[in-house]
Amino acid sequence: MTRLLKGMLFATTMFAPAGAVLAQDASLTIESWRNDDLSIWQEKLIPAFEAKNPGIKVTFAPMAPTEYNSAVNAKLEAGTAGDLITCRPFDLSLAMFQKGQLSPLNDLDGIGNFSDTAKSAWTTDDGKTTFCVPMASVIHGFIYNKKAFEELKAEVPKTEDEFFALLDKIKADGNYIPMAMGTKDQWEAATMGYYNIGPNDWKGEEGRKALIAGTQKLTDADWVEPYKTLAKWKPYLGDGFEAQTYPDSQNLFTLGRAAIYPAGSWEIAPFKAQADFEMGAFPPPVKKAGDTCYISDHNDIGIGLNAKGKNPEAAKKFLAWVASPEFATLYANSLPGFFSLNSTAVKMEDPLAQEFVSWRQNCKPTIRPSAAIVGRGQPNLDLEMWRVSANVINGTQTPEQAAEETQKGLDSWYKPVK
Amino acid sequence: MTEADNPFEAAPIKRPARWHILVFLAPAFLVYTAIMILPLIETLRLSLYNLADGQTVFVGLANFITLFSDPRLSASFWNALSNNLIFFVIHMLVQNPVGIALAAMLSVSKLRFATFYRTAIFVPTLLSFVIVGFIWKLILSPIWGIAPGMMDWVGLKWAFAPWLGRADSALITVSLISVWQYVGIPMMLIYAALLNIPDEVLEAAECDGITGWSQFWKIKLPLILPSIGIISILTFVGNFNAFDLIYTVQGALAGPDGSTDILGTLLYRTFFGFQNQMGDRSMGATIATVMFLIILAGVSLYLFVIQRRMRRYQF
Repeated sequence: MTRLLKGMLFATTMFAPAGAVLAQDASLTIESWRNDDLSIWQEKLIPAFEAKNPGIKVTFAPMAPTEYNSAVNAKLEAGTAGDLITCRPFDLSLAMFQKGQLSPLNDLDGIGNFSDTAKSAWTTDDGKTTFCVPMASVIHGFIYNKKAFEELKAEVPKTEDEFFALLDKIKADGNYIPMAMGTKDQWEAATMGYYNIGPNDWKGEEGRKALIAGTQKLTDADWVEPYKTLAKWKPYLGDGFEAQTYPDSQNLFTLGRAAIYPAGSWEIAPFKAQADFEMGAFPPPVKKAGDTCYISDHNDIGIGLNAKGKNPEAAKKFLAWVASPEFATLYANSLPGFFSLNSTAVKMEDPLAQEFVSWRQNCKPTIRPSAAIVGRGQPNLDLEMWRVSANVINGTQTPEQAAEETQKGLDSWYKPVK
Repeated sequence: MTEADNPFEAAPIKRPARWHILVFLAPAFLVYTAIMILPLIETLRLSLYNLADGQTVFVGLANFITLFSDPRLSASFWNALSNNLIFFVIHMLVQNPVGIALAAMLSVSKLRFATFYRTAIFVPTLLSFVIVGFIWKLILSPIWGIAPGMMDWVGLKWAFAPWLGRADSALITVSLISVWQYVGIPMMLIYAALLNIPDEVLEAAECDGITGWSQFWKIKLPLILPSIGIISILTFVGNFNAFDLIYTVQGALAGPDGSTDILGTLLYRTFFGFQNQMGDRSMGATIATVMFLIILAGVSLYLFVIQRRMRRYQF
């Protein structure tokens, strides 16, 4: 009887997933968080691969970005994940590799097409093993409404003083909301705020590495300064920005109601589709004219091989194709704003994307400070920075308090290697 | 004494086994066990285990000790619990009295369009929380919402604020949205209880000169107290299990600055993880167990202490 009962219980709870196991010779599933890109994968990228590799069928299976990490981890542990895993940069994917869930890709065809910097986001701390093929990076900056700038006869600001003078001018004119950003979803405050303008203060890689080495703290002047600048943004955001969500901000800008949008380059494609005015972009303004500029050029997306996948050979073929210059060109042009990390120069058609990528020539690139090594523990530094950045802009916390809280959280688990 | 024991009966008649009872009970029993009881037991069990070097090991009450001693975890737990209490208190102070008042007004026989009001007030209860959450988010949006405009018509524009985005008003706003949605339930239950009061009792009261308000306080209210008790306990269980509305309106982070974080959203973030924070199933199960114990304690208090002392009247 217990056996029967167990059997029935098993059947009632398990019959649903069992239906999904339909073995085919070479069908690959890509786990991803890029649900915005579904149509591009289905219509452009996958057909291009399948045309060259008959017999391999690829499915792109994206899910909600905030749920991706935990969901894909659960799938990997249960052994139900697809053969190809889209890799978040740095610590999250590294944890997967250390658990043996991702295969090393050192001997993959085409992995030599990437520089060490490009691979750094998906390489072990000792620099020996790479476990994901780098796909793209995103660059932070400000996108602006060219029409609004022409009406106001405004120049693109180079220094912080010019930037705030410009915001004052737009505000005084009154036709446009100076800057479209809200704090309700919290992540924009950190991602488009703190990580965007901060590198100029903490001097990019120099500050980031010093933080990891423990020679600098988040309470140092260089790390508090960006919070002080953020606190000054408050009067230039729209009415009720505290309750303004990310889609609200996007809509405000694309409807032409706001002049400037603190952005990540991933916005380019959706903005192009929605806005009916010309757009330009400028990098985060520096403190004084002539200062070296730093930009956040963040390795954002890679793709790896599930160590327990069913079709490793077919999956490797796919990864080799992702590492090829052909894929780089196709990807960068279908998704302007996701910049290829391939060493082969990629020709991009989109002028706005070209503008973003041109900053690489004069400015020093860095990655988001909370992504590597210091982002490994609890409390999660990235989420902490979201919260305090939003608080600073809302005015409910001073820059010093914000810095102190994040440093306290970091101190509770992180011990720099001496 | 069964028939088989009877020595005078030569060939005992064997009663047919009543299989149909089992057969009819089986589907409900199996489904309920599979989707409710087993997960509950598994959750309670999981709260006593933790991962060590990739292996699940028995750790006794260590998870609970961590939950209450770790400065950050315990801070978020107490924050969630106190927000949850405020959430519950607002429901008890607003939803239930308003529900009773509405029921009392509806039960006045002279009221015109009573059926219309009854239906209109009850309809939000039937709506999905996703719809309610998004509707209110839109109404209250400072950018596209109709709330600022409507307040402008009556000269109250100055009183409008982005309530959902401010730490000091967000929790109250979300609670009131929930009250708006569920006020129909106490109204309906009390309305039914009021209709159950026999006319003889009310007529006798009128003969004794008890009418109007004093009739409500002295006659009707004592008679509907058991229903109010049931409503309170339903509100308690519902509020301490709440998650959906906060998640749709404020997101999993329950911002700003954790000011709308209740036990349900804390459990969600801990168990499933959020963005770069990994899910921790053991700690999630620990929080779920604490929630279970809180609700169990509340319900037991009601069943064994309050309900037994409550006087019931038979007509």
